[in-house]
Amino acid sequence: MLEIISSALLILGAFFSLTGAVGLFKFPDFFTRVHAASVTDSIATILIILGLMLRSDFDLVLVKLLFILVFMLLTGPAAAHALAKSARHGGLLTLAETRGNKKESDD
Amino acid sequence: MTEIIDLVLLAMLAITALSVIFIKDLFTVVMLFGIYSFLSALIFVNLDAVDVAFTEASVGAGISTVLMLGTLALTGREEKSSSRKTTLPLLVVCVTGAALIYGTLDMPPFGDPNNPAQQHVAPRYINDSPREIGLPNMVTSVLASYRGFDTLGETAVVFAAAIGVLSLLGLPKQDRTVIQSGLKSHLVLRVVAKMIIPLILLFALYVQFHGDYGPGGGFQAGVIAAAALILYALVFGLPVATHVVPPKVLKILAALGVLIYAGTGVVSLFLSANFLDYSVLASNPVAGQHIGIIAIELGVGITVFAAMLSIFYAFAGQAERKNIQ
Repeated sequence: MLEIISSALLILGAFFSLTGAVGLFKFPDFFTRVHAASVTDSIATILIILGLMLRSDFDLVLVKLLFILVFMLLTGPAAAHALAKSARHGGLLTLAETRGNKKESDD
Repeated sequence: MTEIIDLVLLAMLAITALSVIFIKDLFTVVMLFGIYSFLSALIFVNLDAVDVAFTEASVGAGISTVLMLGTLALTGREEKSSSRKTTLPLLVVCVTGAALIYGTLDMPPFGDPNNPAQQHVAPRYINDSPREIGLPNMVTSVLASYRGFDTLGETAVVFAAAIGVLSLLGLPKQDRTVIQSGLKSHLVLRVVAKMIIPLILLFALYVQFHGDYGPGGGFQAGVIAAAALILYALVFGLPVATHVVPPKVLKILAALGVLIYAGTGVVSLFLSANFLDYSVLASNPVAGQHIGIIAIELGVGITVFAAMLSIFYAFAGQAERKNIQ
């Protein structure tokens, strides 16, 4: 039973990772890409590590996986936030804003 | 299954290496180098060489990426196109490559149990090291005890690299007045950094002292500890970081680590044994080995930490000076 749940979690995690990678290539501008990568990364991390935890023998490995999970959940979103904020700081506009600017200049 | 994973990883490694050659944007190249190191770390994990993978991930992907970015901050991110003719260099590269490939034809077949590498010292380490040294992690016993002389050389190389960088760039002076600079507007980053920097330092200590039992050791621990302080310097500014770990102290620490390592060897010389033979450090040879290994791993960790951090200080100090001018 545990095996099945853990397999399901692992496959689901891999699927979310894949969708993140697809989004990274397919989405039109920088901010949507960061969004795709970071959001799917977080959920994939949770799912994969939960799946691995169910496969461990409830010993030290489980605790180590828990630490990794906490660390990843702290650093991943923070890194994505820093990336997006730096881009914003550097003057990069979102797609909607660039389109709006174009319209204004056209009018 | 492992063959497929290996093949995919090696193919990605080759693609990364080729794109490193053709891409002119140096920032991208540095990032690709990080990816390259991570891929080779994955290959090492697949080969069950966890210690090497750990080192590759922390040194290759972690600290050297940061140091190369520090260099880019000084030099600019576009590669200059050279106008020289490339036929002669291409010819030299082709001839050298052909000679190397010709040389590999003489190598013993890959993975054959009758290879000299599997016949010569490896069985001796595997059979005798539990009795002679008694550490669960055999890699540490080979690295620190059987091959202690080589590791001393590696530590000296790290030390020499730090001396080289410092003699060219010089360390920044410790500021009397502490100015909060760095990423002032990044509130989230500052909070998260404050939360994880102690954790990173704790992990570095764990890696340092758990190296006898699991993957890890002085090299990785030194690099991880240096990474924690580099993160601190990046988020809160170089002046604050130089206040926490003054450059003067780093100079002393870098030399101290090598001194601890070589000093352990000299102590065993005085106790009438060979240089770096730890068996005489305690009445029980196995306990002596343990003491010696912990001492020299500590020396390695201190030197690597101080060398990496002082190289970063040197780069960051130059970059800051450039910004002011």
